[in-house]
Amino acid sequence: MKYELVSGLETHVELATNTKIFCSCTTEFGGDQNTHCCPICIGLPGTLPKLNQKVVDYAIMAGLATNCEISPISKMDRKNYCYPDLPKAYQISQYDMPLCKNGYIELSNGRKIGITRIHIEEDAGKLVHQRGNTYVDYNRGGVPLIEIVSEPDIRSVEEAREYVEKLQMIMRYIGVSDCKMQEGSLRCDVNISLRPVGQKEFGTRTEIKNMNSFTFMEKAMKYEISRQADLLDSGQPVVQETLRYIVEEDRTESMRGKEDANDYRYFREPDLVTIEVPAEKVEKFRAALPELPDPKRHRYIEQLGLPEPDANLLVKYRKVAEFFEAASDGVKNPKNVANCIIGQIFRRVENEAQKEAFEISIPPEYLRDLVLLLDSGKIKMNLLKSTLEKMLDSGKPASEFISENDLAGIDPDTLKTLCTQALEQNPNAVSDYLGGKEKALKSLLGHVMKNSRGRADAMEAEQLLIALIRS
Amino acid sequence: MQTSYSQIHQIRQLLDSKQLSCSELTQKYLDQIEALNPSLNAYVKVTAEKAMETAKAVDRKIADGGHILPLEGIPMTLKDNISTSGIETTCCSKILSGYTPIYDATVWELLQNQNAVLLGKTNMDEFAMGSSCETSCFGGAKNPHNIDCVAGGSSGGGASAVAANLAAFALGSDTGGSIRQPASFCGIVGLKPTYGSVSRYGLIAYASSFDQIGPITTCVEDAALVYDAISLQDSMDSTCRGGSPASHALKDDIKGVKIGIVEEYFDGVRDDVRAQINEAIRVYESLGADIVRFSMPEIKYGLPVYYILACAEASSNLGRYDGIRYGYKTAHYDNINEMVRKTRSEGFGKEVQHRILLGTYVLSAGYYDAYYKKAQNLRGMIVKSFQNAFQNCDVILAPTVPTTAFPCGSAIQDPVETYQTDLCTVPVNIAGLPAVSIPCGFDLKQLPVGLQIIGNSFCEAKILNVAYQFEAAARTSSFQSVNMGVQL
Repeated sequence: MKYELVSGLETHVELATNTKIFCSCTTEFGGDQNTHCCPICIGLPGTLPKLNQKVVDYAIMAGLATNCEISPISKMDRKNYCYPDLPKAYQISQYDMPLCKNGYIELSNGRKIGITRIHIEEDAGKLVHQRGNTYVDYNRGGVPLIEIVSEPDIRSVEEAREYVEKLQMIMRYIGVSDCKMQEGSLRCDVNISLRPVGQKEFGTRTEIKNMNSFTFMEKAMKYEISRQADLLDSGQPVVQETLRYIVEEDRTESMRGKEDANDYRYFREPDLVTIEVPAEKVEKFRAALPELPDPKRHRYIEQLGLPEPDANLLVKYRKVAEFFEAASDGVKNPKNVANCIIGQIFRRVENEAQKEAFEISIPPEYLRDLVLLLDSGKIKMNLLKSTLEKMLDSGKPASEFISENDLAGIDPDTLKTLCTQALEQNPNAVSDYLGGKEKALKSLLGHVMKNSRGRADAMEAEQLLIALIRS
Repeated sequence: MQTSYSQIHQIRQLLDSKQLSCSELTQKYLDQIEALNPSLNAYVKVTAEKAMETAKAVDRKIADGGHILPLEGIPMTLKDNISTSGIETTCCSKILSGYTPIYDATVWELLQNQNAVLLGKTNMDEFAMGSSCETSCFGGAKNPHNIDCVAGGSSGGGASAVAANLAAFALGSDTGGSIRQPASFCGIVGLKPTYGSVSRYGLIAYASSFDQIGPITTCVEDAALVYDAISLQDSMDSTCRGGSPASHALKDDIKGVKIGIVEEYFDGVRDDVRAQINEAIRVYESLGADIVRFSMPEIKYGLPVYYILACAEASSNLGRYDGIRYGYKTAHYDNINEMVRKTRSEGFGKEVQHRILLGTYVLSAGYYDAYYKKAQNLRGMIVKSFQNAFQNCDVILAPTVPTTAFPCGSAIQDPVETYQTDLCTVPVNIAGLPAVSIPCGFDLKQLPVGLQIIGNSFCEAKILNVAYQFEAAARTSSFQSVNMGVQL
């Protein structure tokens, strides 16, 4: 039978505050075990949490960036469960009054994935298995998280991936998280159920916990979808349970069934006061939000005339977009700037992390000045390209590499002389070309460019060479 | 020279006039503790060395003519649930045996800043759960008025110590009456401040939305003095905004002050206790106060509301004692689940286990609405009921406890009947209000009776003023002074 996927995601995003959610310990990743700890975050008797206002602020920004309503009044609750990495035996979270609710993220296919809620909570510590013993490292305990809960609106593995990618992009844009899946600052729980195509009711769902890479998330989902489909095809029920994905064996495995589900005994955290967010504050944050990737992309396409693939590449990383915008300020055709970034600069920043950081040797103004030379016709595209390479190598501005003489350009008579010379000096190449070897033309062009010291326009020179050969 | 001292202002005068050095004074108290504590069991730990160290520092400061703070050199004690860095703090529970905090509770930090002299940590019901001090893993504290009777609870050790002059004052904590009830039983003064006026940072939690630290003293003036020293806003406790000073307001005339008498507070009150409270009401009338009588039916839900909500919070607060990080850990186990289970079964006493079970139950899926949620709604009603009451009166007068100190061992035999004795104290904790218990005479067995004065939020000055006026009048009336003092 044909089944339709019904999936919702719970995404945990670690917030990039300097200090933890309820104490002033650092949130820095790593560090020697149990060195980023204090009486509060290891839950010593008598300690009390103290809410880090920055956490609330970041969560509001996350909510606004995902089209959520911000609750004017919310509160913290205790989620009680016993595990060694949870030193108080409860996690301070939000239960029935989350800070943000009713948002959405729009996918490239136009579908909106609803966001039920975003709430703030503390992370737990980590168990470390060493020399046959188990130890607990509380460095991560108390690091602030937001949990972003989606509606069961996702209908394909691809949509799930795009949803998470978009979340990641948005959170990085607004600067509330670095969203590094490999460091665990973004992790997902995926709910999966199937229903026969055309059926309205949801099937029984399972939940795969703690996906910390896109690849594994896709693999786990594909596995789970086919597992459930096989069950349903053979008339067996899907059991509601929580699963973990075993990477090495590419399969899911039951962690606990419905009957073993924790009863978290949520109740209001009496040690913290109500969180009040006045409307003026929300508006202040809304006004201060940077332009988000989607509107930015539309603007690049509509107003700057960029092709969609270019716009997509440029908006993916906030720092790239910022560089592009600064470099194309006052430029006639921003496409030229885009080409420089996507073509030449991206060759030097290959991986994700480098693009995210986008640390390149020249400031955007240098690129703008270079492109303005092209705009004004003072240099041609090939000189721009070679100069840009030199600039990127050295970190120096264009003026270091382009002389007044170069800027004077090359007049048509000189170009004609240079082309004639090239033909005269390379009769073999001419006959090769006439014999059908297109490549021979390139070597002729090379001579012209070399003798013009790069000032000649390659297109013009090529056309002139062809004309001269044929004449 | 024969000098009797028991009150802070008397000691202050002795120290400041250099009639007595702080070291001599501290030694007197330590001697007194050594002599009486074996029978009273008020202290579970005596910090003699540290006390003498502080005392010497105070003596140097006095000799150097330094600026002397109100509680400088005053010998005092802390309930064993108030965290003291470097000094074992166990809540009188086996599960915290060997636990030494690495930080100070805010109240202790404030007192240390004043160079108060810590004599030791005092006995209490395990995790402050009890009304007799007998759930302590060290055994109960005894009542100085009758050694066969309990000192009350949970701050029984502090009350016993102050009543026997083993300390000039004590800090206790009051979740459902744990300061006022033992103060009443021991014939001294106990103030439960408004929720949020004294920092809870470092107070090992029993029920977080009820717990409040407060002073146990021999007179109202001292209660005000200590309250003023500890009721400061604290950035470490989000629920604490501090209080307003009370010491300066004690001598205000109370003519025309409206004193509310709520009939529900007198349900089940023993006759000889009632007689003393009625006598107190007459004293107030003679001082020119207006007596207003009314009913607050919601109060009769106080006990179930308290036991449901406090136990719910306790079940969560006490989850952290699992043997992994600190305190008691069972000796033999095969896996982590067994380790936690055995540690908790062996480490917690029966009463604590009862309350954890009850609290877990009322929060569980399927029972939450019937118990926890209903109790929360009733809590709101009780809060409203007090708000209305304070539209009609300035303070409410009530017995602190329907009885007087009961014989040792009787509380353990009938826990439910013991819960009933919290009838008059819990409504205040439910509503977060301040209340003070002051001595008002004796019952037929010559055991002290306590008078409770309840005020609106952050009206400590008002209730202490009303209490002070009674205390002053009682000195010249039929009320006997209950303070025994110590002979020098």
